[in-house]
Amino acid sequence: MKVLVSVKRVIDPYVKVRVKSDGSGVETANVKMAMNPFCEIAMEQAVRMKEAGVVSEIVAVSVGTTQSQETLRTAMAMGADRGILVEADADVQPLAVAKVMKAIVEKESPRLVIMGKQAIDDDSNQSGQMLAALLGWAQVAFASKIEINGDNADCTREIDGGLEKIAAKLPAVVTADLRLNEPRYVTLPNIMKAKKKPLETIKPDALGVDVAPRLTTLKVEEPAKRGAGVKVADVAELVAKLKNEAKVL
Amino acid sequence: MSEYAAPVKDMLFAIRELAGLSEVTALPGCEEANAELVAQVLEEAGKFARDVLDPLNRQSDREGARLADGKVTAPQGFKAAYQQFVEAGWNGLGGQPQHGGQGLPHLVAMPVEEIWSSACLSFCLGPMLTSGVLEALRIHGSREQQDLYCPKLTSGEWCGTMNLTEPQAGSDLSAVRTRAVPEGDHYRIQGTKIFITWGEHDLAENIVHLVLARTPNAPEGVKGISLFIVPKFVPKADGEPGERNDIRCVSIEHKLGIHGSPTCVLAYGDEKGAIGYRVGEENRGLEYMFTMMNHARLGVGLEGIALAERAYQHALEYAKTRVQGREIGQRSGDRVTIIHHPDVRRMLLSMKAQTEAMRALAYFAAALLDRSKHHPDAAQRRRDQAMLDLLTPVVKGWCTEQAIEIASTGVQIHGGMGFIEEAGAAQYLRDARITTIYEGTTGIQANDLVGRKVGAEAGATALALIEAMRGVESKLEAGPLADARGNLKDAIDGLEQATRWIVDSFPRDAKAVAAVSVPYLKLFGTVSGGWMMARAALIASEQLKQPDADQDFLEAKLATARFYAEHELPKAPALAREVIHGAASVLALDPAKF
Repeated sequence: MKVLVSVKRVIDPYVKVRVKSDGSGVETANVKMAMNPFCEIAMEQAVRMKEAGVVSEIVAVSVGTTQSQETLRTAMAMGADRGILVEADADVQPLAVAKVMKAIVEKESPRLVIMGKQAIDDDSNQSGQMLAALLGWAQVAFASKIEINGDNADCTREIDGGLEKIAAKLPAVVTADLRLNEPRYVTLPNIMKAKKKPLETIKPDALGVDVAPRLTTLKVEEPAKRGAGVKVADVAELVAKLKNEAKVL
Repeated sequence: MSEYAAPVKDMLFAIRELAGLSEVTALPGCEEANAELVAQVLEEAGKFARDVLDPLNRQSDREGARLADGKVTAPQGFKAAYQQFVEAGWNGLGGQPQHGGQGLPHLVAMPVEEIWSSACLSFCLGPMLTSGVLEALRIHGSREQQDLYCPKLTSGEWCGTMNLTEPQAGSDLSAVRTRAVPEGDHYRIQGTKIFITWGEHDLAENIVHLVLARTPNAPEGVKGISLFIVPKFVPKADGEPGERNDIRCVSIEHKLGIHGSPTCVLAYGDEKGAIGYRVGEENRGLEYMFTMMNHARLGVGLEGIALAERAYQHALEYAKTRVQGREIGQRSGDRVTIIHHPDVRRMLLSMKAQTEAMRALAYFAAALLDRSKHHPDAAQRRRDQAMLDLLTPVVKGWCTEQAIEIASTGVQIHGGMGFIEEAGAAQYLRDARITTIYEGTTGIQANDLVGRKVGAEAGATALALIEAMRGVESKLEAGPLADARGNLKDAIDGLEQATRWIVDSFPRDAKAVAAVSVPYLKLFGTVSGGWMMARAALIASEQLKQPDADQDFLEAKLATARFYAEHELPKAPALAREVIHGAASVLALDPAKF
């Protein structure tokens, strides 16, 4: 079975994000970048399935600037067999990502697509769901367990108040939640091998996809600083404040 | 508590711009290490160090290694971490491809070693010694020995150690007394070795000791010492560990630092003699050991840099979070974090500037190590080797001496808390303290510098280097450091005068030269660091003109280079005066009058 995994290049989660002084977005120039942690989990899952003999080929796909090649190299060092970069300069929004992925799926014909549930830069949490809808495939979002049994992907997903078990008919799109697995450390021999794995670059035009943004960002600003707290004398005062000032009761 | 973050940007800047990565990757055998790969290797090593090794550092310091019934147990977590380290293939980074290594150049391997040493020095001493054994066997071992030992040492299944020191034979190895008596295809080894780092432990299934010993009719002194492989478990015919050899760990030392690393006293041959196999020819053991000395000494210099970097990161985090007092000159308003206080900033910058200068010089030397091995032109190889030989004692001696001072400044930034072990700053100072001692004390390095390096060739290489420094200094004329140019010029003048004094005095009065050799080594380091920082500033100001330049990094580099020029370089003329005029007073007081 062939699996497609999407990987996004985002600001390294260990870096403190700064808002640009003109409010047009966050500072990304010369900031340390890394693979989106949820994409890492998705990638790890595919590698484990390959090691278990369930998957025969893993193709990693990234949509982004030339530098996303680094992210694809990391994916290949983790275990992807090859990489595809769909090179796009501008800010590529979730619907455009889903359309690009759809075109790649049609080209590559995988039986399963694993994506991170969201990217930690804009936290949209949309691409996976949109892709499933565009393809008309089954979807499982927020998976914490994936098992392939015949024509089904038996998945556990995390929902409010518990776990839900779903048998999704393949082909399917599954998005990875935090507890699906713990990604491995990339090994040095695999970093070296990844250099020699094929990496194909294509433009969205060649796939017939328009990636122009449809949403406009008006302004990005830091959340207001939290004010100092107050001590209340008793529960009654607390309830009163929650009712009258915070208006949450 | 701070978390270690590998300074990948500065490392890459030093590797690419100051050490010349592209020249190294142009060498036959080094082609694989392109800039993209190097960046990825450093990133992944940094991740592993941050998540796996750095968290072991404090606990292993408190706990230490333990000895019971001749068995040494490494601190909690080390065994699992070693397993992960080996599985991730890091042990084979610089190893030979035919033995399963990745064969990456020193210019990549050494920065990665810096990363491990920053995160947990005690831990990475083990793999570092293994790579020393590999290097010795690669050059001097027989084909059979290489086939038997190198693959397992490269993968990390087995570890290696170096056994030189004995109670009466420390810096003076001519006094080695361990005996090796031939018996069939092997020798029987008897004697006691001390200060054996990771001499016994539970991390790997076998330990391969390289031991200096004397055969029965060997001549006295350094020319009568041979080198032996003495495995903890003697390999069977199939190469798997067999019979337990006659080696016992009789004690481990209580030390000032690096508590996580067991420093062992090993007793060889308490029963019938430990089985050992000679490496190379008889009586050439010390010479074989010295072929790895450049590598090992640069490695210890890097340990100094690594601890300086770690101490800096730790102090920086404290300075950014500790609130104390108001801005100087303000009587009201909010209290500020101590990084707002000028003296704290001065201390932080002195740590940062020296560490970056040291890193640049060490990586420059690592590139020379690659070039001296792989350059196609023999004459160029010789020149690179001569420059490497000159700079090796400087990197080892200067970087470690400064590391102690830098780690001490890190303690100082913490104020009273720095003196309290729980704050974590003190450990870096204690751990750094060994680096000026092992693998040749600073005094030994300095004697090597003034004697075998500068004195023996009438200063030829040193004076050529000084010329190169002057070339950089002249370019400062219009650049960003134009007004600090004089400081570099005075410093280079001082180094040249002191070098000429050494060259002139060495044949006549070696004792006088030895009396001021350490100040000369520090002078050499200080000025070399200034040269590197001036080069960095020139490159940074060029790069700043490009549209997508990393402004924050490059502007910080310029500011740091300026700080070095204004705060470190003025020490050079004073050191030069100490060298040229200070010998007599050292020797004036007779030993009996002390």
